[in-house]
Parts: sequence; structure tokens; C-alpha cells
Amino acid sequence: MGSNMAEAHPVGFQWVMEAKARGARVIHIDPRFTRTSALADQHVTLRAGTDIAFLGGVINYILSHGLEFREYVRAYTNAPFLLSERYRDTEDLDGLFSGYDPATASYDASSWAYESIDVEERGGSRHKEQSAPYQHGAGGPSLDAGAGRIASDPTLEHPRCVFQVLKRHFARYTPEMVERICGVPRERFLEVCRAWTENSGRERTAALVYSVGWTQHSVGAQYIRAGSIIQLLLGNIGRPGGGIFALRGHASIQGSTDIPTLFNLLPGYLPMPDTTHEDLAGYLDSIRRPGQKGFWGNADAYTVSLLKEYWGEAATAENDYCFDYLPRINGDHGTYRTTMDMIDGKVFGYFLLGQNPAVGSAHGRLQRLAMANLDWLVVRDLTMIESATFWRDAPEIETGEIVPERCRTEVFFFPAASHVEKSGTFTQTQRMLQWRDQAVEPSGDQRSELWFFYHLGRLVKEKLAGSADERDRPVLDLAWDYRTEGDEPSADDVLRHINGIDLRSGRTVDGYAGLRADGTTACGCWIYSGVYADEVNQSRRRRPRFEQGPYEAEWGWTWPLNRRVLYNRASADPEGRPWSERKALVWWDEERGEWTGHDIPDFERTKPPGHRPPEGASGPQALAGDDAFIMMADGKAWLFAPSGLVDGPLPTHYEPHESPVRNLLHGQQGNPTRKVYGRPDNPSNPAPPEAHGEVFPFVVTTARLTEHHTAGGMSRQLPYLSELQPELFVEVSPELARERGLRHLDWAHVITSRTAVDARVVVTDRLAPLRVEDRVVHQVWLPYHWGPAGLVGGDVVNDLFGVVADPNVLIQESKVATCDIRSGRRPRGPALLRYVRDYRRRAGITAETGTRVMTAGGEHKPAHIEPDSPEESP
Amino acid sequence: MTDENSLYGPLADPAADAGHPDPPPRVGFFTDTSVCIGCKACEVACKEWNDVPEDGLDLLGMSFDNTGMLGASSWRHVAFVEQQRPLGRQDAGLSGLPTGPSGTEATDRVVADALRDSERGGGGLGTGPVDLGFPSFELPGATGGAGSRTEFRWLMSSDVCKHCTHAGCLDVCPTGALFRTEFGSVVVQPDICNGCGYCVSGCPYGVIDRRPDDGRAWKCTLCYDRLRGGLEPACAKACPTDSIQFGPLDELRERADRRLEELHGAGVDEARLYGRDPGDGVGGDGAFFLLLDDPEVYGLPPDPIVPTRDLPSMWKHAAVAASALLAASAAVFWKGGRR
Repeated sequence: MGSNMAEAHPVGFQWVMEAKARGARVIHIDPRFTRTSALADQHVTLRAGTDIAFLGGVINYILSHGLEFREYVRAYTNAPFLLSERYRDTEDLDGLFSGYDPATASYDASSWAYESIDVEERGGSRHKEQSAPYQHGAGGPSLDAGAGRIASDPTLEHPRCVFQVLKRHFARYTPEMVERICGVPRERFLEVCRAWTENSGRERTAALVYSVGWTQHSVGAQYIRAGSIIQLLLGNIGRPGGGIFALRGHASIQGSTDIPTLFNLLPGYLPMPDTTHEDLAGYLDSIRRPGQKGFWGNADAYTVSLLKEYWGEAATAENDYCFDYLPRINGDHGTYRTTMDMIDGKVFGYFLLGQNPAVGSAHGRLQRLAMANLDWLVVRDLTMIESATFWRDAPEIETGEIVPERCRTEVFFFPAASHVEKSGTFTQTQRMLQWRDQAVEPSGDQRSELWFFYHLGRLVKEKLAGSADERDRPVLDLAWDYRTEGDEPSADDVLRHINGIDLRSGRTVDGYAGLRADGTTACGCWIYSGVYADEVNQSRRRRPRFEQGPYEAEWGWTWPLNRRVLYNRASADPEGRPWSERKALVWWDEERGEWTGHDIPDFERTKPPGHRPPEGASGPQALAGDDAFIMMADGKAWLFAPSGLVDGPLPTHYEPHESPVRNLLHGQQGNPTRKVYGRPDNPSNPAPPEAHGEVFPFVVTTARLTEHHTAGGMSRQLPYLSELQPELFVEVSPELARERGLRHLDWAHVITSRTAVDARVVVTDRLAPLRVEDRVVHQVWLPYHWGPAGLVGGDVVNDLFGVVADPNVLIQESKVATCDIRSGRRPRGPALLRYVRDYRRRAGITAETGTRVMTAGGEHKPAHIEPDSPEESP
Repeated sequence: MTDENSLYGPLADPAADAGHPDPPPRVGFFTDTSVCIGCKACEVACKEWNDVPEDGLDLLGMSFDNTGMLGASSWRHVAFVEQQRPLGRQDAGLSGLPTGPSGTEATDRVVADALRDSERGGGGLGTGPVDLGFPSFELPGATGGAGSRTEFRWLMSSDVCKHCTHAGCLDVCPTGALFRTEFGSVVVQPDICNGCGYCVSGCPYGVIDRRPDDGRAWKCTLCYDRLRGGLEPACAKACPTDSIQFGPLDELRERADRRLEELHGAGVDEARLYGRDPGDGVGGDGAFFLLLDDPEVYGLPPDPIVPTRDLPSMWKHAAVAASALLAASAAVFWKGGRR
């Protein structure tokens, strides 16, 4: 669901085909019939942006038919816990949860807490600005006194227990409602429900796969929450053949989240300190609330070891291990905020590494205008991508918005070494690190990223040498002590530093349990600790599958501690016996007094299933023998999230930011906390209850083709790939083709309030209209790989999208918008600007359009616009 | 040495027949199109390994197929076929939606028009719908009105040189550029080929083709160099779902028979093997296929026959004609002599 696995992840899809050959049933739920659908047993067409309505329908089906895996739910989830009396659901408040503040479009989440836990006001606009939920990463958010006794009802009958709240929340997500919202005929929907539930339980498990079709939405994090709730209710987490598979965007994107390239994270999902963190102790207290359970309890060891890795000898107990050297965030510094700050003249320089925002990011025009307003821009890539050449070939040259002679940005292009020209690791979607050796020397001036940053750091340090300025200390004191081979830093040595080193013996540590908070260990990323255990590069292991067990523990290395299935304690019942022989994974060996099994147990090895922690314990010591979710602050998987999300403790169906229809469930139309950037250069198409939505009557969504790679930098320069998909096209159903007079292979253009994009028409039965309530909704689809550079060119599809983001993670909604489509080519040059402006005029679009995010109830509804943003150019 | 079936009919070991002493087992491809995901990795891997040039940057509009057909510079070709009929028990998710008539017919007309004007023509590409007379099941009022489409399937198939048991191209080659390898495959030697083009008309599948820039004939070599080095061909190596399987032909045939049985058991009644039968017009293919529809649908000839099939009878006729001519001339002389 939300994944075109066969096309975007063909190599991984071989395992789906393998499973299918063994009898697995494959269901593909997607707005269009793709190469994945072609190989599935069943394809379900749904309207883009309505997945929560669909998933909520599945949840309601499970709960109203009593099909949940009750023993699992009772033992391992927070279903029995009682919620505070102050909690109000979307069912009570027309689509809002309790605690909403219309002025800041954010929640005070304190009323979402468990009954027995008193919390102060929490969340609000600071959490939203900093995308705080993302900072919790895989570890789970904090929870005051999570280790204490939480009031609960094991019978799951109490009206305020999570289970009953969940039931009420989704009670109106009936098959009829799913049909009316998603356009999925109810019989189709019920078939999916039956297949999912019949293939889950003690003897069977079902897996759920999603990709960016889920994440790139203004409610993206809640899509995933909805999927998680189903998988938990059916007992499909922590068990073989179960789970939720997040297929990442490209190679090692998982790695660049674990060791992040994100503004609000430090390695291993430690949050980036913000301006409220005065010292190390205060920072650590905000990660592990006093008296909570789980392995975040050792956050001090992880943090101090990281600081020791950064600053080595300079980091001492006396100076708080240089905690003050870390930068502080004080708001949204995400990629889109930064883009707008570039336009507003607040940013002077920019590094782009393996990223082509001129083509690949939402609202390409905004991206290019931003890059044209810098002092300098460094681009490191394999080829001259559009983000390096925008100053001479951007579409804005034709419209006169960028003039090459006057473009002030100085662009430095550095040719990058490709993955075969350097050694290092990839971390794939299953958290597995796989080392690869260098195959050939880089040619010409091509150099690795490691080389670039190592020498950049070295040169900056040299330039600052002797400086007495306090602000230069963090750079001057950096350890920067990596081993080099010639002038190339050793990736192997960097991995060793990431693993962590015991500074007393000089040897690598064996895992994160070996990290200490007293400054005697250094570790670059605590969750990767163990990848260099015993001074051996564990990620380089390649024992053939025929020579080892089914979980292939000696192929590569998986974090944490080479466990292949996270939370696999849940594969055994509370007493430690497998739920069934068929689905056995790990279990308690009474004789030997330890956990054992096919996988490495994701649990303290010798803690028996019946263990009950002593009164007053916290951290790992507070985990009971049946607290399978060892990273969670209460040891349980969260059906209901008492903290950690800024847009609600439960997923709720909200319409996309740009939708052709009114939300049928609530007065609240869209995500009430979605991040809008109301500016004249970032217009939105109107959506109900705003008027004139009919100017953009169709739904547009985008995706990738197997033949190209994302923004095309790695494929449009290659003849063998370019010839396979040589030109941008737009897919339309035969019905829409008739309605709009579109002819196969002729030109058409797609229009939004941002721009118009030319594409060749492909009429195909793979798209079908949907009946949504009392109208027919057409969806059009485009691949987004093209731009002006390369062997094959085309308009930039991402120019169609504006910038609006999920408030939890600040990911843009670029998988759904509204549009118009017309036959023939778009106007060129300045006439294009007039053409699009005319559309905006007809739709009554101003900077305020789409920014009145609260539509529930009858109260005052403020617009969320940016007061001093520039006027749209004429 | 040469079998009585050297020119036509079942032949157990074409490599031995061609004079290879003690050849290794004959190898080939079994392409199971029921698991092809249309990723075209085979096309790219083939070109990378064999240094085959780019073959035109044109959008063809034939579903996702922009290669069009096999040719001198496309030794693998993935066909994409959109059809209004179900695939076994697959649910395409169309029933109950407010659909109108299919658009395939109209798109096929556009493509056919374009192909008529194209250099190599394309009448036989077969991406159009084939009316097989299957009844459609429509519940009254359940769909968007008369003529609405309710069924759909998307077939994908990677085509390649068949490495025939009796290879028309090889048999007509006057220079010896085409030869039978010890693995039973058929390979062109570019340094010998003189570009006469006989092989092009000799191939019953329309596989081998001349490159316009150098005039020589090119086609799949079954990665002869890789086979010599103990490696499998590049396309099979790259195929992520094992749609392209490489191995000894005997083994592949057994595997294909099992797979066919499995699919029939799963309700995919339309599955059939193509090129598997040693008794067919080319003596069976070294590269054979599991198809989900008639071969024409994928652009494959339904009943390929090697031109040399008729060689014995042609020689017989020629001999008869020659002796008749001889007799006639003799008679003329004799008669004349008598005059």
C-alpha cells in the first residue's frame, strides 16, 4: 500500500515473488494499476490521499468482528491502559482532539496522557516547529513515570481504556464510509479485510509494505500509525513473516537517517539540542523522563560517548563533555524552510550532496529561485545536474525570472566518486549494513564524500589555527583523527569509530551495553555499536545462505546488535513459549535460563518471562519479563500514542491539503496541524470548504519508473536507461481522455496554481475513474524523472506541487494535489506566467488560500500566512 | 555425425551434429513470463555486457515498451501487453468502478499508424488486442454503463533470440560467420560477417538484423564469452525475479513442465509453453517461453518454420527438374540427331 515495489524496488520484489510462489497472497492497494499490481493477486484502486479512511475501515472491521489477536494485544500493547478523563476524541470535537490551539495550529498534548500520570503542558508549537516527533526515531518518545504502575483494565472493557477508545474512534469507518471516501467498492474492501485477518493470528502472519506513497502526505506519519495499529491488533509485529516494511527512497537512505543528515537529529536518534537545553543534564532529562522504562534510560552513555567521539581529549567531565559545542536549534530549519529563507535572503551558502532539488523536491521553481539567490553553492554529484546548471538552463530563464548574467550565485561543482569507486557501507531498509570494497579508482577529479569532508574539515581547522575566538573552539577542538591511506581517509577506520572504542584499552566495544557515561568510551552512533565487535568489520561478512540458519545472521550486520526482527520477544507468548510452532522465532529456554531461537533475541538474554521489576526501578531494570517493546517508555507497543505525535494520538482521516471533496467524517477538512507556508510564491489550490475548487477538478499523483532513478541525475545521462523511457508522459484513463479530448501520444499540459507542465499523453486502462460520494473523480499520474539536462529532457513534474508538510516529520505532501489537464502544449516564456496567473485569478487564490487549516466548529479561523514574504513576480 | 534430421525435425544434440566432439550439455533460456515484472534489467545488462549501442530515444506509446522489437541493437526486448481479460484468478480491481469502454483500441490505432511509417515497419508487433471470443461477465447496473470495462491484465515478456535447433540464419549464411557453438547456441562472428543479409530473411522469428551504420548482422550470442568463462548470460544474471532462467535445456524443460502444471492448478488455464517442443518447425528452441496468451499477442510467430525444412524436397524437386531438363535436352539432341 502506497508502494510500487516491483517498479521502485525490483530487487527486493524478488522475495515477494518467492513468497507468492510458496502460496502467499499479494494484495496491492494503489491509485493506479502498476507493474506491482500486474503480479499481485488482487489490485485495489483507491483515491490518492485516503489511505487512513481505508485502514481505519480495516481497524473497525477487526474490532467490530472481534478478530484481534487478544492475548497478544492484552500482553504487548497499551490496549488495557486507562486514559485521562480530560481526553476528548475527534468524534467529540468534529475532527479535532482535545488541546487544540487555533492560533498556533498545534496541540497541547497533556490531555492525551494515561489516567495515572500527571503531566505538565506539553508539545505545542515548539514541538511542531522542530518536528520533535521525528527526533524520537526508532526509540520511541519519552513518557513521565512510564515504569510506574499504570492504571489498566485487563478485560479491555473500561470505557476509558485504550482498546475501547480505539473502538469508538474508528466506529464510523464502515465499509460504506470507505466506499464513499476512497471510491473503493465495499465488496473489494471487505475482501481485503477478510484476507488480512484470515492470514493473521497464532499460525499465520501478514506483512505490510509501504513506501513514499505513504510518507509524502500532510498526514504521512499517521498513515504509518494506522498500519501499525492493524499489525499490532492482529499480532503481526515482532513475529516472522509479519512487520511493517518501510521501503526507503534509495540506497542507504536508512543509513542517512541513522547517522542523520537531518537538522533535528544527532546520530542514533538522539535529538539535536535546542535553545531550552542549558546543559547536558537538562538535555538528558528531556530524553529520558524521570522514572521511565526501557533502553533510552541509558541515553547518558550514548550521548557522552558521542561527544567523546567528536571532541576526544577536549571533552571532559568538567566541561560537560563539550556539550556546549553542539549547535542549538530554535525552530524549523528543515529543507523547505531553508529554501524559503534563501529566497528571503537569510541564507548565504548551501551544500548539495547527491541531491537535485531543482528536479526532485516539491515546488521546483521555488527551489531554483532560492538557489539563484545565494552567494555560493557547492554541488557534489556524478554529473552536471540541474541544481548545478539552473543559472543557465532553468525554465525560469525562458520566463525571464532568472537572468544568467545577473544570477548572483557562484556555483562550485565537485565531481563525486560513485559507489564502486569507494569503499563503505550501505544500510538498507531492514537496518542491515553491508560493506562493499572499492572496485576501481575514481577517474579524474572524482573524489569520495569522505575525502571531501575530511579535507574540508582539515583545511578549515588550518585556517582557524591560532584563533582566540571562542566560537572557533568547536571546530579547533574536533578530534578529526581518522586514519588515512594516501590522502583518502579510511572508511574502515570511520566505521570503527562509529562502532565505539573503549578508551582505556583502545579496543572496539562489543555493543551499546558497553558504552559508559563517564567519558571512558567514545562512540559515533550507539545503535551501530557492535558492527565492529572483536575488532572485526562485521558488515563485511558474506557467509552463503546455504551454510547458515534461516535468518542468515552472518551476512552483513543489522542494528541493533545484529537482531534481524525488531521486538522479537513478541514472537513468544507472555510465558516465553512461541505462539505456534509454525511461527516460532525466539523463546525462553527454562533449562539454560536464557532466551534463544532462530534470531538474536531482542531482549535481555537472561531476564525470565515472569520477571517483575523491583519498586522504583527505571530504565532497562524496570522492564518486566513480558515487556516486549523494550525501547518504549512503558514497555508496550502503542495503539494509542499518549505522547510523541503533534497531530493526534490516533490516526484520523483528513483530506489532503488539496482535495476535490469535503471530508465526509468531520467538519475538520485537513490535518489541523499541517505545516502551511502561506506566501505568494507558494500558492495552494482551493479545497472545500473554500470555493472555486472546480478550477482544479482532478487529482494528480506522481511516482517513479523502474527505468529511471529519482531526479534523473543517475539515469538521464545514460543511453541504455534513457532509451527505455525517453520522454515525460502523463497517464490518463480512457474516460478522462474522452472528457478532455486527449489523444494517445499527443501533447497535453497539467496545470496547478504553481505552474503548467507539458507531457505526452498516454491513455491507459491502468487508470480508472472512481465514484466518490455523488461524483466521479479522475486521477492523473506522471513520473517525475525529467528536467532540462541529460540525453532526454522534459518539464519538471515536481514544479506542479506546492510546499505543505506533515507536522511530525516536515515531509512535504507531494504525492497528492489537485490539477487541471488540457490538450496541447503549455504557453512558453512569460506567457506561461500569465496563463498560470489567470488560473489563480479564476480560482480566487491568494497567499491565504489553504492556510485556514482549522475548519471544524464555528469559531474564529485564523489564516497562517507569512507576513513579510515577497510578492509573486508579475 | 550428421543426423538424418540435420535440417528439420527433432535433433538431440545440435552441437554434436555440427561437428563438436564431445560437447557439453546444450544450454538455453526458459523465460517464465508469468513472473516477469517488466523491469528491463535484462535489456540493460545485455547492452552493458555486449557493448550494444543505444537504439533510439523514441516514445513508442506501446504501454511501457519503448524498445519496440528485437533488432541489431536490441538483443533483449520486453513486451508489455494491456488486455481486457482476467489473469487466472487475479482481481484487477476494476469491477464496480464507474468505467467506460477500454481505451486500448484507440491507443493501438495511434501506435499502428506510427509504426506503419517507421523504418522497419511493425505490423507483427502484436501489442494490439486479439479478440479470442471470450465472453465477458457483467452484472447489470454494477458498472458505469454499457460498454464499461471490468477486466484487465498487464502481460510482460522478455523476448530474445531462440537459438533454434535448426537455425535458419545459420543454414543460409554463405560466409560461415554464423556458427553453432559447443553449447548448442548460434553466434555471429562480426569479423567474418560480410553483411549479405541472407540470415535476416532466413530467421523465422525476425530476430537477426543488420545495423544500418556497418551493415553487419547482429543478435544475441547467449553471452558466448561468459559461457566460455563459466558464467551465466548477463540477462539471466540480472533478472531479479528469475523470469529468465538459464541452464541445461533438459533441466529447463522439466522445470517448465512443472511450472505449467502449477499454473494450471492455480487456475491460470491460458498458460502454455512456446518453443518447448522438439517436434515443432524449428526442432524446438534453445530459448523457450511460458506464455499467458497466444504467441501473436507477444509479437511471436504462432508456427515458426525453418526455411531449410523444405530443402530436401527442394533438392528433390530441383533434381527432378534437372533430370527432366537433362532428359528433355537429350531428347532434343537425340531427336535432332535423328533428323
